[in-house]
Parts: sequence; C-alpha cells; structure tokens
Amino acid sequence: MNSSRLLLLGAEAVAQGAIDAGISGVYAYPGTPSTEITEYIQRSALARESGVRSSWSANEKTAYEAALGMAYAGKRSLVCMKHVGLNVAADAFINSAITGVNGGLVLAVADDPSMHSSQNEQDSRVYGRFAMVPVLEPSSQQELYDAMFHAFELSESVKLPVIVRMTTRLSHSRAGVGRRDSVAQNPLHAEYAPERFVLMPHNARVQYRHLLELQPKLETLSESSFLNRAVEGSGPLGVIAFGIGFNYVMEARRMHGIECRVLKVGQYPPPRRQIDELFAACDEVLVVEEGYPVYEELFRGYFGSPKIRGRMDGALPRDGEMTTDLVASALGATPAETTAVPEIVINRPPELCRGCGHRDMFEAINTVMREQAEHHVFSDIGCYTLGALSPFSAIHTCVDMGAAITMAKGAADAGLRPAVCVIGDSTFAHSGMTGLLDAVNDRSPITVIIADNDTTAMTGGQCSSASGSKLERICRGLGVEEAHLRSITPLKQHLDENIAVLREEFAYDGVSVVIARRECIETAARKKRRSAAKGE
Amino acid sequence: MEKNIILAGVGGQGILSIAAVIDWAALDAGLVIRQAEVHGMSQRGGAVQSHLRISDRELFADLIAHGTADLILSVEPLESLRYLPWLAPEGHVVTSTDPFVNVQGYPPVERIIKALRSAVNPLLVPAEQLAREAGSVRASNMVMLGAAAPFTGIEPERLEAGIQALFGAKGAQIVDINIRAFRKGLTLSNANQTTS
Repeated sequence: MNSSRLLLLGAEAVAQGAIDAGISGVYAYPGTPSTEITEYIQRSALARESGVRSSWSANEKTAYEAALGMAYAGKRSLVCMKHVGLNVAADAFINSAITGVNGGLVLAVADDPSMHSSQNEQDSRVYGRFAMVPVLEPSSQQELYDAMFHAFELSESVKLPVIVRMTTRLSHSRAGVGRRDSVAQNPLHAEYAPERFVLMPHNARVQYRHLLELQPKLETLSESSFLNRAVEGSGPLGVIAFGIGFNYVMEARRMHGIECRVLKVGQYPPPRRQIDELFAACDEVLVVEEGYPVYEELFRGYFGSPKIRGRMDGALPRDGEMTTDLVASALGATPAETTAVPEIVINRPPELCRGCGHRDMFEAINTVMREQAEHHVFSDIGCYTLGALSPFSAIHTCVDMGAAITMAKGAADAGLRPAVCVIGDSTFAHSGMTGLLDAVNDRSPITVIIADNDTTAMTGGQCSSASGSKLERICRGLGVEEAHLRSITPLKQHLDENIAVLREEFAYDGVSVVIARRECIETAARKKRRSAAKGE
Repeated sequence: MEKNIILAGVGGQGILSIAAVIDWAALDAGLVIRQAEVHGMSQRGGAVQSHLRISDRELFADLIAHGTADLILSVEPLESLRYLPWLAPEGHVVTSTDPFVNVQGYPPVERIIKALRSAVNPLLVPAEQLAREAGSVRASNMVMLGAAAPFTGIEPERLEAGIQALFGAKGAQIVDINIRAFRKGLTLSNANQTTS
C-alpha cells in the first residue's frame, strides 16, 4: 500500500484506479458528471509516461468501440460516459456482452439523478441487467479506487465487459484515497476468435447461450465481493442499501440511533444468499436505491409484497436523488426542526457568460425570427441551450445530441418554414453530421447554424473533434452547396451583416449552413493565463 | 471533532478555492473529509454550493442533513439565505455583504440582512473592501475564509499553510495577498467575537 493519501473526486478516484490497474487507454466523450475521469488521466504524469492513450472521442459509440478493440488486442481499456451517453453507445455495449472481451474492458458510467445537468435520470444499472454483465456500484471514493482493480480482474476472469456505475454525488465529491501498487500493462495479445467476434446468427446464438450460462457464476461472485456486506443490527426492519444509498442509511442510523440490520450491495447481479438471509430475519425491508427502483420492483414481483418498502410505496420519493433526510424519515425518525428559506430568496438560474459569442448569435437569430410567421428554432445540447432562458428565449427544443438538425429536417418535411436549427461544433461532430447528410440527400429546406466556439464548452472546455475550417470541409464533403455554406462572426459590431446573412439563408429553399464562429471566452481567457504564466 | 460546512455563492466566485484550502488543511491534520461540489450546467452564473464535512471519525454521506450544518460560509449575501434549512440550531452564518446582481428582482441588500438577522446572528463581512486593502479584490474569498476560520475547527496556521500550498504555484506575491486577505477576515471575526 502506497502511504500517501490523495484528495480525489470520485471521478478522479476512478481515473487513478484505472491508471494503477494498468490500462493502456481511455476513450470518452465529455459529459457531466463523468468528464473528470478522462481529464484526470490526460493530466496524469504517470499515464503519460506509461503511454496511456487518452484524447477525446467524437462520441460515446466511437469511444466504446475503440475500447472494445483495445480489449480485443489483449490490453486493458477504460471507456467513460454519462448515463445518456450510454444510449449512444448502447449498440456496441449490448453486443460486446455477446462477443465478450480478451483484455479487461471497464465501462465507467456516471448517472445524474435529480438531473443536475441532464435531460433525464435514467439508471445505468438497467443497462447492466439488459446486457447481463456485472455492475459494480461502490459507495465511497476509496471503494471506487479499489473497485477499478477488481473490475479489470473480474472482466478478464469472466471475459465480459464490467460496468462501474456512479452517480453525481460520488463523482463530484472529494475524499482522501489511499493508493495501491500499480499493475503493469498487458502485452499486446490479439487472438483470432471469429466464433466469438463475428456476430453472425450461428455464432451469436452460441455466445448468447454462453452468456446465459454464466449468470449463476456472476451471482456467486457477488456473494464474495468486498462491495457487498451485511451490517449487524436488530429489530423487525431491515434495509437493503444499494450504492451510495448505503451512506445515507448509515448516516441516518448513527444520527438517530437506529439499530436496524443493513445489507450493503455494491456488486450486481445482487448476492441472492445474503438477500434471502435479510428477508428471513426481518418483518419489513426498506430498499434504498440511488436511481430507479430497479431491484425494489424485482423484489416486489408482479403481485407485490406487503413486506417491502421503498420508492414504489411512497416510503421514499419515486424520483430524484437520495438524501440522509429522506432515508431517516423512511426509517421512522422525526425530522429536525429547521429554519425556512425567507420569501425574498429568488432563483438564480445559470446563464450564458457575459461577453459570450452565443449572446450575439442569439440576438441576430431573434431579430430575423421576429420577421417570420413561424418562430421555431430547434436546438441541441451545449452552452447554447441556455439560449432557451430569459432574456433570449431563442430556442424551442433540446432533446438529444444531434437532434437539432434532424428535428428541423422533419419539421421542414412537414412544411414548416423557415426550419432553423442551432448546434455546437462538438455536438455537430458527435451526432450532427449524419443528420446533415440526410437533409442534403432529401434537399430538405433547413438552415443549420453551427455555433463554433472551438471547444466543448459546457463541460469545461475539452477539445472539440471538429471546429474551425474542418467544419467547412465536412459540410462541403456532405454536399452542402458552396453558395449556402456561410460564416459569420458573432460580435456586436457585426450584428447588421449577421442579420443579413441569416435572412438570406432562412429564405433559401434548400440546405444552408451558417457557421457562427467565435472562440469561447472562457477558453480564450484560460489560454491567455497559461501563456502569461509561461512568459514569467 | 466533526464539522459540517456549507459553502455558498454564485458560479465563478471562488468557493471551490475556499474548499480546496480547507480540504488541504483537514487532510494535513489527518482528518476524514467529504466535500461535494457542483460542476456542469449550473456552474454558469447560477447558485452554487459545496457541502464540506470534516471529522476525526468515519463519514458516510457526501451531503449534509437538514438542521446539521455548523457553518454556512457565503461569499454572497442572498446566497447565505438559500441554505438556512441546513443550519443547525447552534450553527453560524458568515457572509459577505457584497451583492452579485445578475437576476431581475434581486432584493435590496438591507432586506437581505434584515431577513438574515431575523433568523440568526450572522457575521457580516465587507469582503471586497478588505480584499482591496489586502492588495486585490480577487482575494475576497480568502477574506471570507479568514472570517469563518474560527468556526471551521481547524487552526488558522494550518489554513494559512493551505493557502501557501494552493497558491504557491502562482508566485510569492499572490500568496502574500491571499494570506493578508485571510488575516483581515480573521481579525474582523476575532474582534466581533470579543465584542458580542
């Protein structure tokens, strides 16, 4: 055991754990609350010295497939994303459970219950069940670190990808973490195994049966996992606490002097024997999950069980993040008397930075839109989504990565004019290009405004896969006509000419692209500070 | 020893630097730490908070339970009110009196102070003024840390060592300004405690 303790975010504990467990590469697309895993590996001197590959991927699907390829070649690979990113990578992910892996493959996925920075609060454990692969859900930063070693060993021993699931609260919370001795990287060792990796039906059927046969073994492995353990207690009420639900249960127990039995579960499939024991010992069982009531529903069964309490009977809320207060009240504790928030406290929602180019872009869009009979602007996921809020109220949709272009196309096909959409450079690279190709092939009359600030800004300024002149080359290559591939500079002094360009292109009866290009002011300021520091 | 601290402010005001100094000092003192922070969308000019827990025994939850915060340290007056439900009956509120107005309907500062006084006995800190006296208005957050230092359960010397460690890479001048700012806050806080 390395004696020095590091103060790490949960996400960083995953990163340090992966480096020390001997990964040869990390693949990821930024997304809150998962971004810091890859950023940490990019900054790590140890990772650099040992040649760990770590630059950003175009999207989660390309990331996952590359990680699978690295595992195919016998090395350990890590792939990271936020929960909704797994929807993008789902095709590759589900099928990788059928092919299995050679070197260890760990998917670190960060869910966002309460939707602090997301469109939904889907629970990635459902994907784990869907693909029938092991899921680890550590409850502390130290456990996250230790779980990375365990995850790679498990992945290589059962030859399956392994999910490490965490949620916002653990990913974005710091604690002291002790390190272990690091493991050397695997040698290159690619095997010819077409019977596993060529998923034609005759192979896939055999592989799928193999995956089914593995399930009892996975359950047995959970029985002995360090992530699952029983906490002694007494009384008629027992608790099954999954992931960081365990933390709130233990906190509430200590705070209110409750002596109940607790079963901590941090490795799935859940340990059947330990669960049976708890159910046999208790009259009532509270199920605490940070996310969907995935296992509560399973335990209840279709016909229900009067013995089980949790999110589905109102003992805990059906949605949102868990807290000590919620668990304490479900355990029967009296809530503390608290001071109310005075009425004068108003909300302070996030906003576009002062001086941000998106502000000038939205001002131009709004001006031209006011001249139109229909004012719909389809948009996407990034800082510019804040254009939905006052004072701009400039965009009217934000659904999933890339949907701006394709929804505008569908609306144009339905007859909506003008059909205008706004998408960022990084989001365009992620999932916008294919939709633009659809529009070109169909000659759908849409205007695509690419807000090119040369970075993935919302998540903190990561490298964008396509910005600058690369965007023009992509659009040209996809078949956008030269005369309708325009660029503007969203600055106050260019407002009039920008309005003129948008007016012309909104009126064009075909595909047009307007690139609104100005560097993110945050990124620019950071570059300036860095070069000033170097100059000293 | 166990302290639950809520750090409050607006995205970009530097509450994470305050957290980093306390974290460093707590780790140096061999204490257990849990410090939850806000990243992502809400960061941009929105209300942000950090739950910071330090203890000499095992901690479980990253979040502070209602009614159990020993300290609310706010670098903005309106934000100090937002987290009152977390404050323990004997808890302290230390807040800057410099408003950060980026929303419509922001109440007059006098009304904020009045609302605060009707709930608790707050320590009010003219942070920007003291930071300017220390050499830079950007050190306001360290003024606030100094003013809150007596309620953190960590010795001021150790917090100063944390400032040294955190700002060391930016040069001796930056360290000096931040240490001076910290001491101005601490002096104000100590004077206030002896008079009240």
